[in-house]
Amino acid sequence: MELDPLLLSRIQFAFVVSFHTIFPVFSIGLATFIAFLEMLSFKTGNPVWERLSKFWVQVFAVVFGMGVVSGIVMSFQFGTNWSNYSYAAANFLGPMLSYEVITAFFLEAAFLGVLLFGRNRVPQGLHLFAACMVALGTMISTFWILAASSWMHTPAGVELRDGIFFVTSWSEAIFNPSFPYRLAHMVLASFLTGAFVVAGVSAWYLLREREVEVNRKALSMCLWMILILAPTQAVVGDFHGLNTLEHQPTKVAAMEANWETSSGVPLLLFAWPDKDSQSNLVEIGIPKLASLILTHEFDGVVPGLKEVPVEEQPEVALVFWSFRVMVGLGLLMIGTGFVGLLLRFKGRYWQTPWFLQGLRLMSVTPFVAVLAGWLVTETGRAPWLVYGLMTHAQGVTPSLTGGMALFTLLGYITVYAMIFSAGLYYLMRVLQDGLEVDALHGEEDDDVHRPSRPLSGSDVTLEH
Amino acid sequence: METEIFDLSMIWAMIIAFAVIMYVLMDGFDLGVGMLFPFAPDEDARDVMMNSVAPVWDGNETWLVLGGAGLLGAFPLVYSILLPALYIGVFLMLAGLIFRGVAFEFRFKAKSSRYLWNWAFAGGSYLAAFAQGVVVGSFVQGYETEGLAYAGGALDWLTPFTVMTGIGLMAGYGLLGSTWLIMKSEGYIQQWAYRIAPWLLGTVLAVFGIISLWTPSVDPSAFERWFATVRWIWIFPLLALFFAYQIWSGLRKRKEVMPFIATMAMFFATYFALLWTRWPYVIPPNFTLWDAASSPGSQLFLLLGMLFVIPIILAYTAWTYWVFRGKVRVGEGYH
Repeated sequence: MELDPLLLSRIQFAFVVSFHTIFPVFSIGLATFIAFLEMLSFKTGNPVWERLSKFWVQVFAVVFGMGVVSGIVMSFQFGTNWSNYSYAAANFLGPMLSYEVITAFFLEAAFLGVLLFGRNRVPQGLHLFAACMVALGTMISTFWILAASSWMHTPAGVELRDGIFFVTSWSEAIFNPSFPYRLAHMVLASFLTGAFVVAGVSAWYLLREREVEVNRKALSMCLWMILILAPTQAVVGDFHGLNTLEHQPTKVAAMEANWETSSGVPLLLFAWPDKDSQSNLVEIGIPKLASLILTHEFDGVVPGLKEVPVEEQPEVALVFWSFRVMVGLGLLMIGTGFVGLLLRFKGRYWQTPWFLQGLRLMSVTPFVAVLAGWLVTETGRAPWLVYGLMTHAQGVTPSLTGGMALFTLLGYITVYAMIFSAGLYYLMRVLQDGLEVDALHGEEDDDVHRPSRPLSGSDVTLEH
Repeated sequence: METEIFDLSMIWAMIIAFAVIMYVLMDGFDLGVGMLFPFAPDEDARDVMMNSVAPVWDGNETWLVLGGAGLLGAFPLVYSILLPALYIGVFLMLAGLIFRGVAFEFRFKAKSSRYLWNWAFAGGSYLAAFAQGVVVGSFVQGYETEGLAYAGGALDWLTPFTVMTGIGLMAGYGLLGSTWLIMKSEGYIQQWAYRIAPWLLGTVLAVFGIISLWTPSVDPSAFERWFATVRWIWIFPLLALFFAYQIWSGLRKRKEVMPFIATMAMFFATYFALLWTRWPYVIPPNFTLWDAASSPGSQLFLLLGMLFVIPIILAYTAWTYWVFRGKVRVGEGYH
């Protein structure tokens, strides 16, 4: 079989980005949570907040570290595998990525050092400031990277001359039509991820009756977050969908597995889209609901896939099912928020075992939802790299051979598998030790073991 | 054209050159610390070594990302030719940086598996340093291009010459690492660093000497530049030798800060000599920096931000180094 550098590069990019995304999406939410805890600690002086912060900083350090190293890979991927695209889009893409580095990465890196190692070296106010700067850095980073990504979906403010994009308006290019929706959707997703992970871990501790008072506080905060953010996310997602319908109708058609442009389109709950026959082999749906959701009218017209030639259609089944996974999990999250509220009224949210078990399981769902959503939006754009202007095939590196692409693909898979399993292992150890670690080796305790393990504030041996 | 008034591409060349030397000097010493890891006297010494760089390594490495992103923004042609040309090498460098990067977190959380992360930290540092040295060599060697794209093979970058530059940079980083440790440690760890530094200095001088003699045969234009056109270029190797002497005498007199400063200065002089050898080519032998530039509008848009933000970055970076100033002691953690 001939190795196709284009396909392998696409797989490699999807793999590398998916792997990378897991970490920032978590660390953005967690960074803000930690900054908030530090602020509470600073204002109230209640040691509970500092203990929580110290514990979650340890988790943050591992997650952030893995995000950084996989992020460095990302910044080189454009050049190694997509050099034609990099060259063509550099006038816009270069400044976006550079601004991300100088306004976000340096900020995060410098103040992360102070956040992790500076608690006893700088005054408490300055330490709080460092926590805020790290959180701010993650936000700024999200801003730039989503400006770049959104622009590839809804290019604006540029003109194409001799195969090269020239920026005609920076404000139009950065604040391109889909950017506000995408940014809001992503930031909410990050906060929800942070909230669900902290909630899941706290629930697990509560089930085992460990540090009940502290973990109850953390869980309560998360449940409020989930209650407010999950429904908000649905609303934002709806707006994002309308925006996509306007700018990328083919993607919406694929999300709905709708082949013919028509009115009163049903919402398909189950379907088996088949690109060869240009139809769904099986479908079960609710009449007129897709039209209602997408156009806010029962008889609204929803575009069909057949509007574009077969070779310009994305992988329909993948988009269709990824979208359903994302929305399904989103509904589950909204449900979790309301159940939490109901139990709160009864005063039992922190001692209802089935609910706590449920929260434990729910802690992985945001990651799945984010990856599914990412698949919807990115594969839904295919075969376009820059929507309507440049295809994947035009963007790939010309000198790249299938063998080279395969070598690095397998290489990244191996490297990432190794560090991911190790990272997960050490993360589990940190979680297993929990907050009690801090109680055993309090800050007044000049324990002799401490020095040899300064990282992330844990001085505990994590293997037993 | 506005090139008459002020040459944006020239300003950008200086910014990228600045980012690269910042990276080399800053990540250089922490990569060097990683390479010295296997030879450390004991596990306590390794703890101290890692503690000495743990709070700052992430910021140091960000200069590399800035170099990459800035290149894309200001000289996209360099970015889109260099990375495909060094495809396999870039992968190896990134793999190295990944392993050593996660080792910072994982090593302190491991006990029985700690030796694995010692190796990951050291091995990753060697791999990254070597790959970066190879990049320098391949730059002297030049790249095969067709139109505006790389047209050579997957392993063109790997030649005896680039292997030598790879070894050269490894030795150089090792020297930076050892002199950094002299500054940041004390007692038997510092004594150990004092012992190995002269050997590393010797290796650096020997390898740099070989590379200098070898370069004219790899790049004929270099010979002409050094012996015919730009005579004052000789000031740089002379400065490098002067600083090498300063390192040596600093080590002999047991000075603590001087060897590190002098090593950085020696790197600086060598770096300028290299830049002038190839100036103004950025993708030798075909493209100059002006050929490779992005649109003036993009260069300007990014420049305005850079001029404003870079000083702030330098200020808070300096502040974090100040926060973590002084000796790192055995049995003393940061938290």
